Amino acid sequence: MIHFENVGKRYAEGGEALSGVNLQLGAGKMAFLTGHSGAGKSTLLKLICLIERASYGQVIINGKNFSRLGRRHIPYVRRDIGIIFQNHKLLNDRTVFDNVALPLVIAGQPHRDIQRRVRASLDKVGLLDKERSLPSSLSGGEQQRVGIARAVVNKPPLLVADEPTGNLDPALSAEIMTLFAEFNQVGVTVLIASHDIDLIARMGKRVLVLEKGRLLEGDNEVLQ
Amino acid sequence: MARQATRRSPRRSATVVAPSEATPKRRASVSLVRRLSGKGGLRGYFKGHFQALFLSLGRVSRHPLSSLMTIAVIGIALALPAGLHVVLKNVQGVSAGWEDAVQISLFLNQDVDAAEARRLVEQLSAMSTIEAVVHVTPQQALEEFRQYSGFGEALDVLDENPLPNVLLVRPTRAASEPLMVEPLLHELRSLPLVEMAQLDMEWLKRLYAIMAIGERGVFVLAALLALAVLLIVGNTIRLAIQNRRDEIEVQKLIGATDAFIQRPFLYSGLWHGVFGAVMAWLLVTLSLWLLHGPVQQLSLLYNSTFSLDSLEPVAVLVVIGAGGLLGLLGAWLAVGRHLRDIEPT
Repeated sequence: MIHFENVGKRYAEGGEALSGVNLQLGAGKMAFLTGHSGAGKSTLLKLICLIERASYGQVIINGKNFSRLGRRHIPYVRRDIGIIFQNHKLLNDRTVFDNVALPLVIAGQPHRDIQRRVRASLDKVGLLDKERSLPSSLSGGEQQRVGIARAVVNKPPLLVADEPTGNLDPALSAEIMTLFAEFNQVGVTVLIASHDIDLIARMGKRVLVLEKGRLLEGDNEVLQ
Repeated sequence: MARQATRRSPRRSATVVAPSEATPKRRASVSLVRRLSGKGGLRGYFKGHFQALFLSLGRVSRHPLSSLMTIAVIGIALALPAGLHVVLKNVQGVSAGWEDAVQISLFLNQDVDAAEARRLVEQLSAMSTIEAVVHVTPQQALEEFRQYSGFGEALDVLDENPLPNVLLVRPTRAASEPLMVEPLLHELRSLPLVEMAQLDMEWLKRLYAIMAIGERGVFVLAALLALAVLLIVGNTIRLAIQNRRDEIEVQKLIGATDAFIQRPFLYSGLWHGVFGAVMAWLLVTLSLWLLHGPVQQLSLLYNSTFSLDSLEPVAVLVVIGAGGLLGLLGAWLAVGRHLRDIEPT
């Protein structure tokens, strides 16, 4: 599902954020990406979401080679990737329902399907009773769950999360991680960037460690 | 993966996904079928436009004050040429009847007697370019002069009537056109019995020349103000795009195409233009209503039944169409310049 081959990213301002990264994550797998601040976690996720392009090497996601992808094809590729952000990136002038419905509206789904799928998605994250609320009236944990509902509503084969528990207390963080594990169990590939090493260790999944732009393949022992 | 394929837009299925054995030609036809029948197909395309049309209308109405101010500025800009058009049309309406009043006065030689004059009247009346001829004898002319000039007593001093026979010639309507009446005048002037032929038409020609300038002026003004409307709408849409920067970023991140994102902005431009045009129509109608009383009074003083014409229905449609088109174009220019710059980081 995620395939990096000798990928590097240089910024014009100088410095190499990623260098020679090789990474394979098969369909239906789940992995954590960790490392210190500035180790290149965000850059790696941006390459997957096509926010940035690699300076060299091949990024192949879901069978598509990003180095050969034209600008106008980017939106269609992004529809197959559910992205979750640390700061939620919800639209504060629209209800929870409308926020979650946005990917389906963008994809031009029929009205009936939108109703049904948004409700199913909100039910999954336990926020069905908040569909008429505005995001700003929800707690941080609830907002993050709205973000997750929006990311999974059109059933993408790949979920990518950047510090999804960054602003949450340990109990809420564990709850969110369990939610991701549940999506993984039904076949969704999941990649989560996080620096919460304790939490990652408890999940017992594959761990990828970035250090100064280089990827150290690891498992739980590396962390201890 | 099959489920995924049905969700994709037709364009993408034809270009990005390059699976398997389908030849390009076959793929194109599959994509056409899907476009016409599929979930996100033709119906979805129109639905997307429909949604954007009303979404943008909602946005316009959610900020009534700022929307109204923009619409008012557009309205005033469009009302100026539309109002001048109405004024010009009314002036043309007033002067249209005047061509019928073209008349040539033939002053005959002093020694022409009444019989000769009558023969000439018959001769002229037979001409195809002449509608009617009225013979004013020297006696009639003198009576008229005595009656209207106020110099009646002065005339008693004269031994004999100094006035010649006069023929008032009214050309046919066709021969009254400025180009046709000149040769007729020439012909009449060269008749042996005629001392002098007079056509008082120069002022009418000048009026037509002034109106031609007016028409051109309206055109130039309309072009300039159309440019102003473009800039107003363009600036309004540019600000709207800046205000929605975050939203546009999020939409791009979850797979919105440029077309999807720009649609509400384009329709917003259209709405501003259309509402501005309606405002222009109201302004012109209101101004005419305010002018109606005084104009009626003036026209009464001239014993005329003239009354102000309003903007004709076709012109109203033209104004609204032009407003909508300018709004759309202004938005399109702004969207093209500013939307591409916003990329998620």
